Amino acid sequence: MGKGIFVVTVPDQGTIRKVAFEILSEARKIATAKSEPLCAVIIGKGVAALAGKFAPYGADKVYVVENDLLENYTADGYAKALADLITREQPSIVLAGATVVGKDLMPKVAARINAGMAADCTAIGLDGDAFTVKRYMYSGKMIADVKFQADKVAIATIRPNVLIAAAPDASKSAEVVNVAAEVSAADIRVKVLEVVKGDAGKVDLTEAEVIVSGGRGMKDASGYGILEDLAKVLGATVGASRAAVDAGWRPVSDQVGQTGKVVSANLYIACGISGAIQHYAGMGTSKVIVAINKDGEAPILSKCDYAVIDDLFKVVPPLTEEIRKLKAD
Amino acid sequence: MNSIVCLKQVPDTEAQILATPDGSDVKLDGVKFIISPYDEYGIEEALLQKEKAGGGEVTLVSMGPARAVEAIRTGLAMGADKAVHLDDEAFNGSDAQAAAKALAAQIKGMQYDIIYCGRQAIDDDQSQVGPALAELLGLPHTSLVTKVEVAADKKSVKVNRQIVGGEEILEIPLPCVLTCQKGLNEPRYASLPGIMKAKKKPLQPVKAAEIGIDAGTVGAAGSGTRVVKFTAPPTRTSAKIISGESPEEKAANLAKALREEAKAI
Ligand SMILES: Cc1cc2nc3c(=O)[nH]c(=O)nc-3n(C[C@H](O)[C@H](O)[C@H](O)COP(=O)(O)OP(=O)(O)OC[C@H]3O[C@@H](n4cnc5c(N)ncnc54)[C@H](O)[C@@H]3O)c2cc1C
Ligand SMILES: Cc1cc2nc3c(=O)[nH]c(=O)nc-3n(C[C@H](O)[C@H](O)[C@H](O)COP(=O)(O)OP(=O)(O)OC[C@H]3O[C@@H](n4cnc5c(N)ncnc54)[C@H](O)[C@@H]3O)c2cc1C
Repeated sequence: MGKGIFVVTVPDQGTIRKVAFEILSEARKIATAKSEPLCAVIIGKGVAALAGKFAPYGADKVYVVENDLLENYTADGYAKALADLITREQPSIVLAGATVVGKDLMPKVAARINAGMAADCTAIGLDGDAFTVKRYMYSGKMIADVKFQADKVAIATIRPNVLIAAAPDASKSAEVVNVAAEVSAADIRVKVLEVVKGDAGKVDLTEAEVIVSGGRGMKDASGYGILEDLAKVLGATVGASRAAVDAGWRPVSDQVGQTGKVVSANLYIACGISGAIQHYAGMGTSKVIVAINKDGEAPILSKCDYAVIDDLFKVVPPLTEEIRKLKAD
Repeated sequence: MNSIVCLKQVPDTEAQILATPDGSDVKLDGVKFIISPYDEYGIEEALLQKEKAGGGEVTLVSMGPARAVEAIRTGLAMGADKAVHLDDEAFNGSDAQAAAKALAAQIKGMQYDIIYCGRQAIDDDQSQVGPALAELLGLPHTSLVTKVEVAADKKSVKVNRQIVGGEEILEIPLPCVLTCQKGLNEPRYASLPGIMKAKKKPLQPVKAAEIGIDAGTVGAAGSGTRVVKFTAPPTRTSAKIISGESPEEKAANLAKALREEAKAI
């Protein structure tokens, strides 16, 4: 073991998710401390054009793993391609974003190669020679320091928006290694019949830097209009509490919380949300939390950084205007 | 339609979780336990598919300490037919991959068309067991499933799966593993007659040796990760209440604070 720190990326329609650069930047420090090469791994069909994106963030080497059968993401095809590469190259740790794809792919790969795995980590480090990660447990109520055992390859997925991407250095270059993945049609048992894209321009909540979220206080589905307006000036994604989702005002995919999405935004604005423990579990690691609530006793007031105690319908529209002005300056 | 539902007992979502003074463990005494909410979707879907097919069996498989029996009985009261409880010291300290190995060893010899897991257990929050279990059993899987339609010939299922910014519709040959996401169904409550009946339903305790598991591959010994310390997350110091005579003034002051102080916009 010990032949490199791998950072795996599955591009989504030709773009690389930001979390890959966040992980590379942090992993660069670990690779240097361990004197191991930092290797980006990119998997898909026709992804070679993206190979140059990783060196500026510190990658020494880029594996471009391709096969025509890897056009759409399938756990079967991608797990085979990645597990084969890991088995051949024997990296000491494999890192990937805790995205929808990362969460689906990496535990399967871990089982295939008998690796140790920790999911949705918020920090990576070293304790002597051993890899360590931090991760939340019990829905954000506890932080666990996890140590990887030396006898297995380590795999960790990293929560987006938590690690900080370094400034890219365009003068850096990396060795590119092209790998023809050995995947056959018979390996891929799950057939993609249809992909129904929702709001195409919308940044997924789990990767959004700014989130404007609305709860039962929005009164009905049309109440979200003012949040959409605020989100537009902020470049934010709109989220919701379970109460709002259960009422049918917003789709299930908008729910933030213990039984929804876990988000980690730079700025989270909670409008008409009381701040139940199950909601906080999904957004508590956001950097700046703002509450707009008419109840001065709402639990969210002890869990946020800034609070406006007033009627959200009277506060949000002028807030949108104020921010529009600030942004125009 | 024979289904297996992997069920984990977890602390109630409201429970306060504290670390022991030395940080080596969490204190769970006095905590109320429930079925992990995503596993309830699995139980409900297995029951619905059994009803639709007009026959078959729903078997719960749970690994956990003695107290897990309570959650298993609740699952039986919802309508599952029987249950297996992996209860052995050898499983102590299993991480998610080791847990998947234990479950796979149990499930290997069983009869089933679909195995349902939750999207994630809401205590350890790993989201690993479903995909790992499928791999260990040599089965295909799909995670984050919000709709399940079994083909007329019962040889495949069509499922809807949540992806970034939309949905995918997939076809998977049976048997397979599905991980359940909110939106799949509305889990039923255990009825009073259901609770009475559950008491007589078969609940089989199983030891590691009985499923041919080498103790070194599960439990702390078989785990590639170990939690070395638990700490409480930092709490936010009390919020800054934005002042102002009117909503408009508060809005302006908030925008200013976010720009100048928090540097968030
Ligand atoms: C197992 C389980 C899992 C759960 N998972 C989740 C989850 O993933 N996500 C989640 O969000 N919840 C979850 N919940 C539900 C959670 O307990 C709360 O019920 C829910 O978060 C409440 O949503 P809310 O804050 O929108 O509504 P409420 O608690 O009703 O709060 C509404 C708030 O709006 C304020 N308000 C009303 N009108 C106005 C106005 N005009 N201006 C300003 N403020 C106003 C009120 O003062 C109040 O504070 C879960 C619960 C359980 C039991
Ligand atoms: C430090 C530590 C010590 C532990 N010690 C023990 C112990 O002594 N004894 C013990 O039994 N467990 C123990 N566990 C928990 C156990 O190993 C977990 O089941 C395992 O970590 C799975 O991860 P998860 O709960 O995050 O599952 P996830 O991967 O998030 O779960 C997804 C789904 O898999 C299924 N699933 C997960 N776990 C189980 C299970 N146990 N039984 C049935 N189905 C399941 C459920 O359908 C669940 O919804 C321990 C965990 C940790 C982190």
